[in-house]
Amino acid sequence: MRKVAIYGKGGIGKSTTTQNTVAALGEMGKRVMVIGCDPKADSTRLLLGGLVQGTVLDTLREEGEDVELGDVMRTGFADCRCVESGGPEPGVGCAGRGIITSINLLEQLGAYEEDKQLDYAFYDVLGDVVCGGFAMPIREGKAEEIYIVVSGEMMAMYAANNICKGIRKFADAGGVRLGGLICNSRNVDNEKEMIEQLAKQIGTQMIHFVPRDNIVQRAEINRKTVIDYEPDCGQADEYRTLAANIENNDMFVIPKPIEIDALEHLLVEYGMV
Amino acid sequence: MLLRHTSVDVAERNALTVNPAKTCQPIGAMYAALGIHGCLPHSHGSQGCCSYHRSTLTRHYKEPVMAATSSFTEGASVFGGQANLLKSIETIFSVYKPEVIAVHSTCLSETIGDDLNQIVQKARDDGKVPEGKKVIFASTPSYVGSHVTGYANMVQGIIRGLVERHAEPTGKLNIIPGWCEPADMAEIKRIALAMGADVTMFPDTSNVMNAPMTGKHEFYPRGGTTIEELSRAGDAAYTIGLGPFTAGPGTEMMDKNFSTPHSIQDLPYGLAATDRYIMALKRVTGGDVPEELNTERGRLLDMMTDMHQYLHGKRVALFGDPDLLIPLTEFLRDLDMRPVQVVTGTPGKAFARRMKELFEGRNAQINVKNGQGADLFLLHQWMKNEPVDLLIGNSYGKYMARDEDTSFLRMGFPILDRVGHSYFPYVGYTGALRLLEKILGLFMDRQDRDSPEERFELAM
Repeated sequence: MRKVAIYGKGGIGKSTTTQNTVAALGEMGKRVMVIGCDPKADSTRLLLGGLVQGTVLDTLREEGEDVELGDVMRTGFADCRCVESGGPEPGVGCAGRGIITSINLLEQLGAYEEDKQLDYAFYDVLGDVVCGGFAMPIREGKAEEIYIVVSGEMMAMYAANNICKGIRKFADAGGVRLGGLICNSRNVDNEKEMIEQLAKQIGTQMIHFVPRDNIVQRAEINRKTVIDYEPDCGQADEYRTLAANIENNDMFVIPKPIEIDALEHLLVEYGMV
Repeated sequence: MLLRHTSVDVAERNALTVNPAKTCQPIGAMYAALGIHGCLPHSHGSQGCCSYHRSTLTRHYKEPVMAATSSFTEGASVFGGQANLLKSIETIFSVYKPEVIAVHSTCLSETIGDDLNQIVQKARDDGKVPEGKKVIFASTPSYVGSHVTGYANMVQGIIRGLVERHAEPTGKLNIIPGWCEPADMAEIKRIALAMGADVTMFPDTSNVMNAPMTGKHEFYPRGGTTIEELSRAGDAAYTIGLGPFTAGPGTEMMDKNFSTPHSIQDLPYGLAATDRYIMALKRVTGGDVPEELNTERGRLLDMMTDMHQYLHGKRVALFGDPDLLIPLTEFLRDLDMRPVQVVTGTPGKAFARRMKELFEGRNAQINVKNGQGADLFLLHQWMKNEPVDLLIGNSYGKYMARDEDTSFLRMGFPILDRVGHSYFPYVGYTGALRLLEKILGLFMDRQDRDSPEERFELAM
């Protein structure tokens, strides 16, 4: 089983990209589990056709520690397994601790065991946690490969670079590796070239450039992935390509985060057309 | 050799504390809260915190310490502890019927960001606080400051939650004692009453943490400042705070919130600090110092001069809390003893500054360290390098005293292996007399133990 974590700046499109990729992998016949690590519990909405009730932490809170896998796991599009970690409302409690608790519980419940015959486990991690909870999916024995969703906007690239610092810290101890950057286009000038260059400097690759298309929003309104909503459109093929690239990926590196000066230089060089 | 791994060479350390000279904030908060009559301290965190803090207080005072807890679980730490605290408040008022619940936070509830102010307000809005009953709170993360900070924070919580200002001034004097024993608090009050002051003292743990055995268990012992007294404290004419670290912030808050003029003195350990306390009282009351106190002072001076030969030049190492160490070091200095090593785990630049001032213009060699890196390991190393005649500190000092064969006086918090501290004061002139007697006893016992037969004296 390959264990994959998706990181990136808040609002960059991690959940949408993850679910569409998972849908494409499912279509290819892969058995996939998605673990949403976001208190908003919206990481599996498109796969399940609606927001999930009964997240891991809700269940833990309501039923105590006697939780069973069936209580928290749902089956969605293309037979993929969906789990939402859940968490506190904004402003109270500790979202980071929530991720830690929830992943520990899933392990205890045997969600990853051989008998589940999974090909992939995807962790969709919220972009805004910066405490220890942020690193939970990449601690030893958990996710082994990471993809960072990024766009050509300064802050998204800045966040991607920062995430690389986090990965680097855990790479030595836990064996986690960066698999590449996924560019989720915001129609920034020269975006593709800029992200390719950023990837090169960090020591990785741009695994796919996902163009911007409003079909994604329409599919979202209908609580579906593009693959599900309009399987024949071009955008669905983009996600299929991304899924295939991940399936065939063999470039796993310890990233080399770049200095802020180098990042700004990159923006000037590619961004000012 | 219990501490056989303590090395003689003092190495630079910046990350490791060995045998800390401090403990958790909530212990101080709990102790201060117990100085309110009918108050049940409540620990907002996991059960282990509450158990540890209660048991440490019980082991020191040899009294049962009642306290409740929010009993955090994994769920509470993720979703926040509001539901637990609201339920706690409801249950406590219906089952244990205190006058006041004094909530303090813990490391966990602080780190997840629980807002005690908001939760307590919600409890009031939801009608969970019965008419005439009070809920007060203080924020006490243990990774900031020490138990000393926790005491100071709860004193401020008491003021914020219980002290009010009405139109009628009472002309009374507020005394806020810093952290000292219940017997010390009673002595501080006795001196003020002897000076003719009309006093409200808070917190006041006398008759709570040294309550008598009556044959009947009192869940809320007789002592402690009542909420009626506290509600009028804002109308007082003056506030004296004793102990800049533990009582200082609360004393300043009285001035800020109620425009009560104030002065902050040291806790009255020793001759000079007691003099200053009495002069501060005299400035408020305007009356003369009564014969009773003059006589006590005279007796102390008498013993100081009579026994000077046994004290002069004796080297002392001390550890404990700033509000004790500052006046205690001053007293030892005035006895012509030589306090040479002083350590407290409680941070604060004011401590080092006060210590320096005590020896201004004197040819004194003194090692002082507080806050980060100031621990008993360091003090022990200093003692190994420059041996002392006497070690003064809490029970944790007994290992060092045994290893170095040094006389040891138990003073401070916690004292887990002797009794008496909660019954007999060390403050005031009589307290200083007792302190002196204890020190002399140690030196004389040692002389009797160590002197060869031809120098073994009957009269000393």
